[in-house]
Amino acid sequence: MDAAIQVEGVVKRFGPTRALDGLDLVAAEGRVLGLLGPNGAGKTTIVRVLATLLEPDEGRASVLGLDVVSQARAVRREIGLAGQFAAVDELLTGRENLRLFAGLFRMGGREARGRVDELLERFDLLDAADRPAKTYSGGMRRRLDLASSLLTSPRILFLDEPTTGLDPRSRNQIWAVVRELVEEGTTVLLTTQYLEEADHLAHRVAVVDQGRVIAEGTGDELKDQVGGAMVHVRLSDAGERDAAVVALGRLGCAGAQPGDVGTDLIVPAPHDGVGMVAEAAAALREAGVGVSDLGLRRPTLDDVFLELTGQKTDEPASPPEGEEEPEAAAGAPA
Amino acid sequence: MNAPRALVGEDGLLAEAGWTLRDCALVTGRNLRHFVRQPQLLLFSTIQPVMFILLFSFVFGGAIGATLPPGVDYVDFLLPGIFIQSSAFRASQTAVGLAEDLQRGVVDRMRSMPMSRAAVLVGRTTADLVRSLFVVALMIAVGYLVGFRFTEGVLAAAGAVVVVLLFGFGLSWIFTLVGLVTDSAEAAQSAGFVAIFPLVFASSVFVPIETMPSWLEGFAGVSPVTAAVDSARALSLGGEVSDPLLLFLGWLAGLLAVFVPLSVWRYRRMS
Repeated sequence: MDAAIQVEGVVKRFGPTRALDGLDLVAAEGRVLGLLGPNGAGKTTIVRVLATLLEPDEGRASVLGLDVVSQARAVRREIGLAGQFAAVDELLTGRENLRLFAGLFRMGGREARGRVDELLERFDLLDAADRPAKTYSGGMRRRLDLASSLLTSPRILFLDEPTTGLDPRSRNQIWAVVRELVEEGTTVLLTTQYLEEADHLAHRVAVVDQGRVIAEGTGDELKDQVGGAMVHVRLSDAGERDAAVVALGRLGCAGAQPGDVGTDLIVPAPHDGVGMVAEAAAALREAGVGVSDLGLRRPTLDDVFLELTGQKTDEPASPPEGEEEPEAAAGAPA
Repeated sequence: MNAPRALVGEDGLLAEAGWTLRDCALVTGRNLRHFVRQPQLLLFSTIQPVMFILLFSFVFGGAIGATLPPGVDYVDFLLPGIFIQSSAFRASQTAVGLAEDLQRGVVDRMRSMPMSRAAVLVGRTTADLVRSLFVVALMIAVGYLVGFRFTEGVLAAAGAVVVVLLFGFGLSWIFTLVGLVTDSAEAAQSAGFVAIFPLVFASSVFVPIETMPSWLEGFAGVSPVTAAVDSARALSLGGEVSDPLLLFLGWLAGLLAVFVPLSVWRYRRMS
């Protein structure tokens, strides 16, 4: 069986910049694949290639086995696209927006009217349906945008940073809809800068940096690449830090991580489980170290990202040694 | 895509042509709604030509009227010119509207949909054509208030209006390409102004070209603007129709033959 989405060695240049630099990707049908990366990593560019908006310079990409260049028209029948730049028509009302796109999707009059009402209700837009979209809040626009992309119940849905800039309530609404869609069998390719979002929604996560996938797996697999659990200790007194490190060292915890300061001490744990917390508590008590908080923490995707790219997720990426200049334009060809 | 396709049937070329027309009509309707929802823009696009009618007929009427053949009133001479001039100035609005759509992402959605590749462009130029019809009708009404009259009957008058609309339609395809290439409403507008202004003034819009220096008269004589104005003028007031009309139709066919395919090609290849 063909993968729902298959990308092989895709290169896309914008002038001297390589927005995509040999990107490979496979998404299984009916699952959510999260593309995680900083601004300018190439996430939007690959979505635009897959949505037939941009032809790749090299490599090939297919959706449900259909080539995005030579079979673009067939691809367009299977996909929905929604994103950070909500493509709603501000001068039309919500209902008119959906009717327009339903017509352009070549749905018949009655079918279109029924589907439009259904989507307005599902996205909590019925009350605002006959107001121009320019009066909508950011969350409402994003919901209308998402509704517009779902008119034909596409098998593949591209969500380009669907919650960027949204308040938590609107974000949760979008997340809930995405989960419902996946239950109904839709394949979702989701790009995000938010590790939390990838953690919440995606079955698999591909970490993208500088136009390439640099790591791929389930959230847990990625976290395991960074290492196991960490013991997190908050000391009553920063002066007892060394004593605490020595005591935990006897349990097999390696030295403290760089960057630890003051009363917060984070060391890798030799094994998982509640027993570890008890052992650490006993060792610290024996050494006479005062502790105000003690816990075992799995690494977050933030840690993964830091480990893989040497970058915090919210900072612009700078190239590792031997690379060409940083790509600034990649995320924003629109 | 490359396999030969049947003419009839659900996936045949005729059905496809029907869908294409429907797509174009939907986008046209959407753009016309935009005009209605922004009455202030419609107002400004009608104030300017009305202002030109009043200013030119009252300010220059006395001076220029003296150079006209005896028996021709300047307001009669002027109006067909102003129709064409305002169409030319308005044509850059096509680029502005298109550039705005491109920036807002609506076109991205449409390009990701299985709809006609020409509908966004045809819908834009057709809606602009309908708006032109509205503006020209208003200008004729104002013209009648200041003494303008069609003298050649209803059919000829309708012909004059069709010439004006076709002229604007042809130009708006140039600006379709400009809008697709510049991708910015402001840039499109200034590009339009720089190109259109000299073309309009170096023509028979405001004055008979015989009053110009000979090198300029030569240029103005073959200009599509002059051809359009002379056609509309002859259909409004009488005079030699076929020569300017043929030149105008030649220009129109040429413009459309070049700029429609170029625009569609550019739209398909957009990134």
